[in-house]
Amino acid sequence: MKEQAPTYTLEQIDEENFALNLGPQHPGTHGVLRVILHMDGEYILYADPILGYGHRMQEKVAENMTYLQVLPYVCRMDYLGALSYNLAWVCAVEKLCEFEVPDRASVVRVIATELNRISSHLLWWGAYLLDLGAFTPFLQAFTDRELILDLLEYITGSRLTYCYFRFGGLPSDVDDVFLTGVRDFIEGFRGRLKNYHDLVTGNVIFYHRSADVGVILPFDAAGYGLSGPVLRGSGFAYDVRRHEPYSGYDRFDFEIPVEETGDCMARYNVRMAEIEQSMNIIEQALNTIPDGPIRSKVPKIIKPPEGEVTMAVETPRGELVIYIVSDGTKKPYRVKYRVPSFSNLSIFAKLARGQLLADALAVLGSFDLVIPEVDR
Amino acid sequence: MNVSFVAIICYLLGISAVVGLNAVILVWLERKVAGHMQFRYGPMEVGPHGLLQTLADGIKLVSKQLVIPDKADKPLFLLAPVVSLVPIFAAMMPLPLSESVQAWELNIGLLFIIALGLLNTLGILLAGWGSNNKYALLGGSRAVAQILAYKIPLLISVMTIIMMSGSYSLRDIVLAQNHGWYVLYQPLLFIVYITAITLETNRSPFDFSEAESELVAGFHTEYSGMGFSLFFLAEYSYMFIAAALASILFLGGWQGPWLPGPVWSLIKIYGIIFLLMWFRWTFPRLRIDQMLSLGWKILLPITLVNFLVTAGVLAL
Repeated sequence: MKEQAPTYTLEQIDEENFALNLGPQHPGTHGVLRVILHMDGEYILYADPILGYGHRMQEKVAENMTYLQVLPYVCRMDYLGALSYNLAWVCAVEKLCEFEVPDRASVVRVIATELNRISSHLLWWGAYLLDLGAFTPFLQAFTDRELILDLLEYITGSRLTYCYFRFGGLPSDVDDVFLTGVRDFIEGFRGRLKNYHDLVTGNVIFYHRSADVGVILPFDAAGYGLSGPVLRGSGFAYDVRRHEPYSGYDRFDFEIPVEETGDCMARYNVRMAEIEQSMNIIEQALNTIPDGPIRSKVPKIIKPPEGEVTMAVETPRGELVIYIVSDGTKKPYRVKYRVPSFSNLSIFAKLARGQLLADALAVLGSFDLVIPEVDR
Repeated sequence: MNVSFVAIICYLLGISAVVGLNAVILVWLERKVAGHMQFRYGPMEVGPHGLLQTLADGIKLVSKQLVIPDKADKPLFLLAPVVSLVPIFAAMMPLPLSESVQAWELNIGLLFIIALGLLNTLGILLAGWGSNNKYALLGGSRAVAQILAYKIPLLISVMTIIMMSGSYSLRDIVLAQNHGWYVLYQPLLFIVYITAITLETNRSPFDFSEAESELVAGFHTEYSGMGFSLFFLAEYSYMFIAAALASILFLGGWQGPWLPGPVWSLIKIYGIIFLLMWFRWTFPRLRIDQMLSLGWKILLPITLVNFLVTAGVLAL
């Protein structure tokens, strides 16, 4: 049965109200998200997000591909945190087949993924400020993001939708050029991060646009299944890297930034602190990177045993869960992705009610949504 | 007043040249300022350091097709950019660049310019209403909502200056600052005034009526080609007029050592315009209700108290 399209009876449209079609092409929605807003002047009475403009049947397509063929395709979901998806798929299949991963490969995976997380948070930083009407931070963030892209391009060969990890390890080893490059970047970026705070964090306009805007109560945060920085902004210190460690994250010493207020400012502070924590992790990884092989012996054709596996990974946007059912053939029987952006978006309609249009867009920006990930 | 037909033609040509040249320079300057604030160069290709880029863009805009939305209110839609631009030609008349360089010495020049400046909002409202577009309508209504919030503090701060100088004539106001610029006596008022003209010229952090991340392009969402460029021309000309007023009211107009008067005037005007650009490329945008409370709850009381204190001091 097809679900009936929602009817707009919550607030009747009369002469005073109007429906505003926000998107799918709108500078404030960062992609093909469409939100129908019922407005009373500048105030939103009712928001109705409409998804699916970027639907590519990721899960169904995965059923018709071998495990290796799916690998580059998952990275197209979250194009800003592609390596996290890469890692999630690789770890899920490794867990299913019980492949060993050499230590060096695990550490390099962590370095690359955390670099990717920093670049994703940097882009969010710029885009969020763009939503608030400031243009300069966007280009400042891009200047530093460019350095990360160069580093990742050097090892992966691509600049956005990376596909670097392989089952059982890595396709190629990293060399000293990359490692010293990362070290230099971290060193320089620690200094430049102060400029970010000088330009934005202490700004009075920014404070008033972010504080007490889009407050998510802990009860709602848990009830809507939010994850990632949005959840941690509401007072939950939940991070998959800490609670269900994968790829050797338990070896590293890092904090989970938490804020109690649950507003846009809290989410901002959490992400900014996460950038610093990611740098800490990378530094520890650089100092402890072991020598040794980068690949373990895995069969040419992956044929996992019958069974199912669930793998959770902390992407820059939150908790990604990959669920695979295998029937013992070369192709997965069923794949299910639980993506963070989708569940984070689910609370938007509730938050937008009664807000000003400008605030609703600030809230949307503070979620750090990647729409292809929502639509899959 | 005896003004010959030839004089009017000469005046219009002169003002057109000033408006056009000012817009060309300001658009170039804006892109350069933005570029250098964002670790890049801005336009570099057309002409030396991209000086002719604006000209090239202007030619492109003018040669574009005039697109009128199907259900737009056609007369209003076409009238709006004109309503926005035309008052500028009149408002530039009483502006003195030096004691002798002035098109028309008007004894109520200050009021004349401020009254004509109000018509810009009418142009924005017409554009918002005539476009038959909800984003444009929101932009237009925002422009109307903000007009009182900044115009009243602006007028009271202007009244304070009039009270100090004893004249509505811009030339007399500058001459009254022979012994010290008013910014030295009224630094707080100068800040209020700069805030108010940032609001008046619709510049970030107060660019509510075109807020691109909220309203796509606000009141000029449906405009392209010539209509868009007229709005652009109007915006930069209003910036020029507002900055010129600020330099006349607070910074002693053409007064300054060594250099001739018009040069000093232009230095001060473009200095203030640079300040406005600096704001735009540094600050996030306020929310519309925050702007209203800024206008009514902060700027208005400051100017009112300042007005009364100034009146008291002058009476003593």
